[in-house]
Amino acid sequence: MEIPPGDQPLGAPVGRRVFLGLVGLGAAAVAAGGPLSAVLSRVQAKAAAHDPTGLSGLIPGGGWRYYSVTGDFPSVEPAAYRLRVAGLVDKPLSLSLADIAARPRTTVVRDFQCVTGWRVPKVRWSGVTLASLIEAAGPLPSATAVLFRSFDGAYTESLTMKQAMRSDVLVADTLGHAAVSSEHGGPVRMVVAPMYGYKSCKWLSEIRLVPRLVPGFWEQNGYDQDGWVGTSNGRSDAPT
Amino acid sequence: MRPPERLARFTPAERFAHRAVAILGLILTVSGLILYLPELSLLVARRTLVEGVHVVAGLLLPLPVFAALLSPAFRADLGALNRFVPSDWSWLRNRERRVGVLPVGKFNAGQKLAAAAFAGAGVVLFGTGIMLLLPTQLALPDGLRQGATIVHDATTLALVALLVGHAALAYRHPEARRALRTGTMDVAYAEQNYSEWARASQGRPRNEP
Repeated sequence: MEIPPGDQPLGAPVGRRVFLGLVGLGAAAVAAGGPLSAVLSRVQAKAAAHDPTGLSGLIPGGGWRYYSVTGDFPSVEPAAYRLRVAGLVDKPLSLSLADIAARPRTTVVRDFQCVTGWRVPKVRWSGVTLASLIEAAGPLPSATAVLFRSFDGAYTESLTMKQAMRSDVLVADTLGHAAVSSEHGGPVRMVVAPMYGYKSCKWLSEIRLVPRLVPGFWEQNGYDQDGWVGTSNGRSDAPT
Repeated sequence: MRPPERLARFTPAERFAHRAVAILGLILTVSGLILYLPELSLLVARRTLVEGVHVVAGLLLPLPVFAALLSPAFRADLGALNRFVPSDWSWLRNRERRVGVLPVGKFNAGQKLAAAAFAGAGVVLFGTGIMLLLPTQLALPDGLRQGATIVHDATTLALVALLVGHAALAYRHPEARRALRTGTMDVAYAEQNYSEWARASQGRPRNEP
């Protein structure tokens, strides 16, 4: 029921001003995105260091986000876990967690960059290099690529043999100083340090040497096969 | 003539728009929080499904608003929400605002501000949501993608706070809820909370101060 004209002054269009002001503020903040994101990441990291409640995780822009392409975050009995190294190899391997832990260890400390934009600084991963497992299994000359399978039953990833032999490509069982937890892809996951997170298959169950490169789960959904941080997927993040 | 006990406040178009936006908004908030909060992501996991629900609800949300714009009553409400009269500022400052002393039109000043904030947040979330949905198709540089992510997240947090306040006030004012459900409002409640609107609705002349 509108107020009859002349009965009351029309009044200032404050609603429109608030509305346009908010839209303008939002647009300005989007435009300032890069620097703003860096500031928020630092604030979040500082706050998290002095925050027993974990509420600082609510600050936009910081920390891990957990993705699963299936209905849950799969987990496995540590004693029952086996990692198979199979396909075009001389002697297929089936490694328990103890077998993996007993092999020569490698640690990498790198920023973890997701293709959706978030980045976690200086993440410490430990495990064994993928190269050492491939060498232990004895690759056949016909093997040109590596396929990774997850025990979530859906996720796959792949690397060329050349990429797979890099020293910063790990089969990791340790994040920070603890076992890799289920939400982080434990007990054992891939860490392809110079590439975007989707290249690092979580809940790793099989490393399969294959004759031809097979696109993985996200590559079949349009992501780049060579997922180098900073030069792929239309992004220009600082390399990790 | 005996005055009616209930005053016509909202037409079916307005009630439909509010109901549709509320349902879609609730779906968006819940699915968005699942995508945003790691603890909830871990509980629910099905990320592709939750993401799909969020995107579809977000794309649908403007439709009931645009549909309602066809209704003159809805457009008149937007006009009333937009305009601030001097007594609105007093209403915001006055602790005794709910006793019918201050002249209030169809909407009080808090409702006007909240409506503008909801609309602003909605446009910001829709715009940044499209940027997050189609970053490669829109050829967005990283800076804008990061900006869109942060603004989408921060606006959500502010909007959730606003929604909590909105729901708390609705809980405390059953008559306001009834008006949105049935379209009519109790006269006594209207006299107390929306004195000018109640007067005009009953065709009474304006009280001279």
